[in-house]
Amino acid sequence: MFKEWWNSLSESLIAAGALVRFLFRLLINSPRAFLRMDLIVQQTYNSGALSLVIIMLSGLFVGMVLGLQGYQLLQRFGSEEALGTAAAIGLVKELGPVVTALLFAGRAGTALTSELGLMKATDQLSAMEMMAVDPIRRVVVPRFLGGVIAMPLLAAIFSMVGLYGAQLVGVQIMGVDSGSFWSQMRASVGIVDISEGIVKSCVFGIACSAIAVYQGYYAAPTAEGVGRATTSTVVTSAVVVLFLDYLITAAFL
Amino acid sequence: MDWPPPGSISRPWKILHFKNSKSAAKFEATYGGPGHLPMSQANIIEIRNLNYVVGGRTIFDGLDMVIPRGRVTAVMGPSGTGKTTLLRLVTGQILADSGAVEVAGSEIKSLSREALYRLRQRMGMLFQNGALLTDLSVFENVAFALREHTDLPERLIRQLVLTKLQAVGLRGAAELMPSELSGGMNRRVALARAIVMDPEILIYDEPFVGLDPISMGVILRLIRRLNDVLGLTSIVVSHDVKEISSVADQILLLSGGKVVANGTPKELHCNPSKIVAQFMGGLSDGPVPFHFPATDYFGELLAREEA
Amino acid sequence: MQKSRTLNLGTGLFVLLGFAALFFLTTQTTSRGISFGNAPHFDVTARFDNIGDLKVGAPVSISGVAVGRVNKIEYDSKVYKAVVSLRLDAKYNQIPSDSDASIFTQGLLGGKFVGLSPGGAETFLKDKDQIDQTQSAIVLENLIGQFVANFAKGSPNASSVDSTTAHTPHVMEKTK
Repeated sequence: MFKEWWNSLSESLIAAGALVRFLFRLLINSPRAFLRMDLIVQQTYNSGALSLVIIMLSGLFVGMVLGLQGYQLLQRFGSEEALGTAAAIGLVKELGPVVTALLFAGRAGTALTSELGLMKATDQLSAMEMMAVDPIRRVVVPRFLGGVIAMPLLAAIFSMVGLYGAQLVGVQIMGVDSGSFWSQMRASVGIVDISEGIVKSCVFGIACSAIAVYQGYYAAPTAEGVGRATTSTVVTSAVVVLFLDYLITAAFL
Repeated sequence: MDWPPPGSISRPWKILHFKNSKSAAKFEATYGGPGHLPMSQANIIEIRNLNYVVGGRTIFDGLDMVIPRGRVTAVMGPSGTGKTTLLRLVTGQILADSGAVEVAGSEIKSLSREALYRLRQRMGMLFQNGALLTDLSVFENVAFALREHTDLPERLIRQLVLTKLQAVGLRGAAELMPSELSGGMNRRVALARAIVMDPEILIYDEPFVGLDPISMGVILRLIRRLNDVLGLTSIVVSHDVKEISSVADQILLLSGGKVVANGTPKELHCNPSKIVAQFMGGLSDGPVPFHFPATDYFGELLAREEA
Repeated sequence: MQKSRTLNLGTGLFVLLGFAALFFLTTQTTSRGISFGNAPHFDVTARFDNIGDLKVGAPVSISGVAVGRVNKIEYDSKVYKAVVSLRLDAKYNQIPSDSDASIFTQGLLGGKFVGLSPGGAETFLKDKDQIDQTQSAIVLENLIGQFVANFAKGSPNASSVDSTTAHTPHVMEKTK
């Protein structure tokens, strides 16, 4: 029993170590990748622009729910006007970065993993190696950087749309005064809160992108292997994001 | 097939434009100036006492082999004898446990990553399923190495790519995507891509798998013709005895991690050794047994019944 | 070529939208830089001894109907008072000029807002006017403090409301 636990624990430690080493490899190769802006632009498009619809829709609904729930709760204390503050803090600091990261892992992360896994399974990566082109530099790093660039922008868009959703429900439907909504928000949301959100989304972007390309690059080169790697991307990303979320929140206190 | 045009240079990299003088000097140092190519060596690949074990299974056990320059050498053998592993060792994708793998005079193991990449620019490889980059068009696939390694003007890249595509008969398919190609066309594009940097060594990994007889004939013709016209060394890994016999100058037969026979196709067909006869004749039973090792047949059947 | 153009365009739009969102979050949800709509309006000012935690953007209402917003809050160091600028919707141009302004609290824990009670004058408030009659915010701590002090003195008759009306004693002394 203990032996099994110990084994699975050491397995996860080894996996974590391998992931961190891979991340360093990506980071070392990153500066040079900016010489090929065209590749990064293309990957930013794939990871960012193509995730826009799902991010905006989810943001709107999360914001609307936040508006509804927040209103119900704050009404009990007769302070519905604090809804703006509650929604803004909740979105900017927590829901924006975290939900965006989870959606990003599901939409862009899985796409990256399966794409790289398939490239590996069909010998495309070996073919590049044989053409004396480093696949890490040519294929993996631009995808990683595309994700890293896209994630904070997606999180900001999510928060903005979410705020609009909360405003829609709170102000337009529930009748909270729009002036109080915004003025209280402005008074209590500081630049520190915004930067916490930005730091989180940047860290999550690095984590999710690194996990996705790692899983794809080291996927077993079979149909089954690629499938397993894709699942693993979502699961690992979710756990890592929530863990990092706690760490960063604690660090900002 | 009127290619290459008469009087064309056989090593067009001499006219390549390099991004800076340093890389041009490197290139010169690697390839030597005109006439300084290490042509004196008769064997382009020499493997001595090679051992390779993966997952507790011995793939190569003291393998010795040489591949002569300028000829079509076929490496054959039953499935699972490590033919593809051999190619990966030769191209430096994996490293041997012990022994020496020398390619064009350099020991693979001693090469730095950069030197290995420079060596690989002198090799072309055709993968089993073509391995075209699926997000690029046929044209861009062939142009890939040129764009990555040289700074040629677009017009020259276009000419080079179209020349290579013409050589494999697919100039008309330049704008198609790999998903729109048939299996045979796919492999011909991959072949054009493999020769775009004018390699000295061209490696074919199972080039006939899953092809119809017409495509197979086309590939066979291309192997022979590219070898003779471009003056390169071809290594073909395959187990299609009939096809290989028609194209190869020399056949190396691998079995049990060693070279068991070596000679021209004719010599091998007349080889008295049992394993060679089994392989060349395609017999189902022989030194390579039909049955996977198992316990006694009747014994096992009866044991099941009793239980 | 056409393909890479659309790709660049898409990426460009995405990045632009992302940065616009970031800009929105940093400027619109925090107290840096606040903008108002450009609807027709006029500004009036009112001086309060104590505005509590009244915020820029808080509503201004008459009989519970929002007629404008707090536009600017400043401190006048000559008279030791807070100068609150109220931006009122141009369509409410018939507010008597002797109306008084009070600062109220929304709900128990809510934010502050400015309430106007119409007076009886025949002239109406217009741009750059000043509201003379004001009533400060009720500061909960002060209330409790007064109550405790009065209770200790044994004079329960003293009304705490006095101290929160227009002129608190210590401020008056300073003004003199």
